Amino acid sequence: MPILSPGQDSRPMPGRAAPWAMGVMAAMALVALLIFVLFPLWTVAHSLTGSRLLPNGPWVGLAQYERLWTSERWLISVGNLAIYAVGLLSGALGIGAGLAVLLDRRIRAEGLFRAVLLYPYALSFVVTGLAWQWMLNPTFGLPGLALLSDPDLAIHGVVMAGLWQGSGIVAVLILSGLRAIDDDIWKAARLDGIAVWKTYLFIVFPMLRGVLATATVLVLASAIKLFDLVVALTGGGPGLSTEVPAKYVYDMMFENQNLGQGFAASTMMLTLVLVVMLCWAVAVWWMGRRRDHR
Amino acid sequence: MLAGGAQAADLEVVHWWTSGGEAAAVQVLADAFNATGHRWVDGAIAGGGGTQARPAVISRLLGGDPMGATQFNHGQQARELVEAGLMLDLTELAQAENWHAVVHPPDLLQACTVNGRIYCVPVNIHSWQWLWLSTDAFHKAGLEVPQDWAGFVAAAPALRRAGIVPLAIGPQDWEASNAITQVLAVAIAGPDAWRAVNVDRDAAVARGADYAAVFQAAETARAMSRGSHASDWNQATGMVIDGRAGGQIMGDWAQGEFAAAGLVAGKDYECLPGLGMTPVISTGGDAFYFPKQDDPDVTAAQLKLASVMMSPKVQVAFNTAKGALPVRGDVDLDTANSCMRKGLAILSQGQVLPSTEIVLPPDTVAQIDDLMARFWASPDMTAAEVQDRYADLIARAR
Amino acid sequence: MIIVEHPESHAGRGWRLGRVVVHVTLAVVCLFYLLPLYVMVVTALKPMAEIRAGHLLALPAAPTLAPWAAAWSTACTGLSCDGLAPGFWNSVRILVPSVLLSVAIASLNGYVLAFWRMRGSQVLFAVLIFGAFIPYQVLLYPMVMLLRGLGIYGDLTGLVLVHVLLGLPILTLLFRNFFAGLPPDLIHAARIDGAGFWGVFLRVLMPLSAPVCAVALMLQVTGIWNDFLFGIVFARPETYPMTVQLNNIVNATQGVRLYNVDMAATLLTGLVPLMVYVVAGRLFLRGLLSGAVRG
Repeated sequence: MPILSPGQDSRPMPGRAAPWAMGVMAAMALVALLIFVLFPLWTVAHSLTGSRLLPNGPWVGLAQYERLWTSERWLISVGNLAIYAVGLLSGALGIGAGLAVLLDRRIRAEGLFRAVLLYPYALSFVVTGLAWQWMLNPTFGLPGLALLSDPDLAIHGVVMAGLWQGSGIVAVLILSGLRAIDDDIWKAARLDGIAVWKTYLFIVFPMLRGVLATATVLVLASAIKLFDLVVALTGGGPGLSTEVPAKYVYDMMFENQNLGQGFAASTMMLTLVLVVMLCWAVAVWWMGRRRDHR
Repeated sequence: MLAGGAQAADLEVVHWWTSGGEAAAVQVLADAFNATGHRWVDGAIAGGGGTQARPAVISRLLGGDPMGATQFNHGQQARELVEAGLMLDLTELAQAENWHAVVHPPDLLQACTVNGRIYCVPVNIHSWQWLWLSTDAFHKAGLEVPQDWAGFVAAAPALRRAGIVPLAIGPQDWEASNAITQVLAVAIAGPDAWRAVNVDRDAAVARGADYAAVFQAAETARAMSRGSHASDWNQATGMVIDGRAGGQIMGDWAQGEFAAAGLVAGKDYECLPGLGMTPVISTGGDAFYFPKQDDPDVTAAQLKLASVMMSPKVQVAFNTAKGALPVRGDVDLDTANSCMRKGLAILSQGQVLPSTEIVLPPDTVAQIDDLMARFWASPDMTAAEVQDRYADLIARAR
Repeated sequence: MIIVEHPESHAGRGWRLGRVVVHVTLAVVCLFYLLPLYVMVVTALKPMAEIRAGHLLALPAAPTLAPWAAAWSTACTGLSCDGLAPGFWNSVRILVPSVLLSVAIASLNGYVLAFWRMRGSQVLFAVLIFGAFIPYQVLLYPMVMLLRGLGIYGDLTGLVLVHVLLGLPILTLLFRNFFAGLPPDLIHAARIDGAGFWGVFLRVLMPLSAPVCAVALMLQVTGIWNDFLFGIVFARPETYPMTVQLNNIVNATQGVRLYNVDMAATLLTGLVPLMVYVVAGRLFLRGLLSGAVRG
């Protein structure tokens, strides 16, 4: 994922070290340290306390985590996050890849098609949630699609709305990858008489690892943040059937008046993000090594 | 109009009264306060039961941005905020106006008291203990309006045949939770068992036979509510109002909705306190707290609002609009309808219980809400299972 | 730009049937994507009676703009019946300074990160990547304390600060990678001509940055306008952004739920990012599909 890695070496500025540059760098480092290092550490530290409404509770060790991982609501939330992440990832990549291939087939009015696929991405999750809540309304909505009132299906309604909002951007990202594929590869495949679909599947897509990794990380990052869509679409119901971790944190902090529990849950979310990033870093390193070996 | 040279102040009042009947009641408070020369700035935050408002209030108080006044339910919701010294002490005003003598029942003022000082104004008594029934719906199904829970359960199949959902309920977790743990529990297990579980936190009683019957009834109620797709509690009340549902278990604030729709108690709808089995009033309700402010003019305005809320005239007008009972024992509700009179009679006989918000900490209440919401939405969860887990939560309440 | 060029070789000119299938498939998919928008628009144009009687997909028989007016200026939450308009203006007041500040600061940061190597800049880079993906829930409470410390909790200033700070990592990385990809001779030549720190940045780099600026603007405008979490935690009713107010209005049901007003309110809230997307979408796509993101 080039945007997030030092893909190109920075080129040190010739000449004297600029005091301005030093100043900007120092300010940036200070702010980044405060917000993205100290703040999370503060939260992690306070997840070991029994804080209720104010962050001044006594030390309780890992008790908050014990409660967290025995709480049915948290377990449901984590399960829902998994369903959502898998659904969104497979759906967005599958739909995105399919649409990108179709758009790549030298079609008429490509700009129009692209615009239509991408516009939901401009809308907020609150708007998306309310629109789908109305579409899936059990009384007036689309017949046969009353997903949201069924606890077993409601989370799939959330996935559907999420896909509608986010699959277009994935399609466009993959399209950008397809357009960057060298024409010679297509010419060679054609000369060898390889069918177009085989060329895509076995030659072109394997070359898009970078773009696909970017899309994967973007989709997963947005999945973990899932909050507004659920609040607007289902409010977490029916029952607890569409609760998600981000909402658990918010409710614990401000509704249950149990800050310690909220901090513990947010620490778990942080851990999850770190694991995903670590996997991705390893993947990038591994792909880089393979390239070097060739 | 302003006493002692204090300046008029704007007071932002945060509350979650956004349904039709509730908004009419808030208007009474706002008008009375504006008449004192100060100005009511309305800070309503939607979301039935305050589920969205309370987080906003708490984060603002912690963020050092106090509002002029804020609603909480009676009891422990604001206790830690008081202990942290964030709330204005109203003790002197209460003594000057002799609240101790007029507030009835006295638990209400007790719920506002922390370490002997008074920090909130109770404004109404809201009791959960009601079953609201649509006369129309039962007549349409060829039935008489039932007189108690058992009669209602027996009528359910006939209602279904007439295309009517027997029991309406909205989707918020607190609706199913209170219907089960306050209303069904008090009516079926009785007030003593309820006290043992909620006040003394005796998990053995929660595991016992009395409560087993409660959760059996909850299973029945769950089946009766199948097909009720209301998007909020007042939408469920709306189903009873236009006869699409037979009844609803809901607190007496539902009465504000019936009134706003122009329905007459005893004719268009019936009300059964304690499900027609155990007539009690649970003294939950709403109270206003006044976060401490630096500006003395604002403090003066806060005390004025507290005084206005407690005044006899406002108590009558406000609670008539809201369908609630007044917190003063010395006022007369001339305009009370037959349902409110039933409530007042029970109150004067002293058959009162505290509400769960008064006796249990918010964390426990929220966990019980989660559990009951889960139970209500999952037909595969049995009465025995939910009872067991409910007892665990009671045992762990702190 | 890559997107407008069509590689000839794999275009499959010959098979007409295949091309028809491609177009029809795309058209059907597009209809599915357009369906929610269509439903929202027709619902918002119908009177309530028509919504109750008619089909979800039916065109309005007697179109009315009344729900739109209600959603904009008279829909109620509690006693305040001012509709979405105050939320709209709050969102504008949050959006404009947040976007301008974050793009200005991030481009400067990106410039420094791209051209100066100092001790710790790799660590800073890692922290920024982490910051781009951090779940905001971990920062919520410390952020409340920071804003309280600065005395700007609940103010628009506080919200602007939160948006600027949390938008910086991704934007800084975006600019850094764009600058790092420019031909080095360009900067060297400017330095030889005597341009200083600001000269290079303002006169050489910024004029070249249109594509990356378009992407940054688009990300920030949609991201900040569409924010809900920070609005609900860090604002108060007078400063609520439009998304929070929308959620409030739709959930504050007095009597019968007015679906047409709800849908009009929903559309109005979505209108700004949609307009930006229609006007600047091409630039955004160009930036996205050219070097800006792929580095």
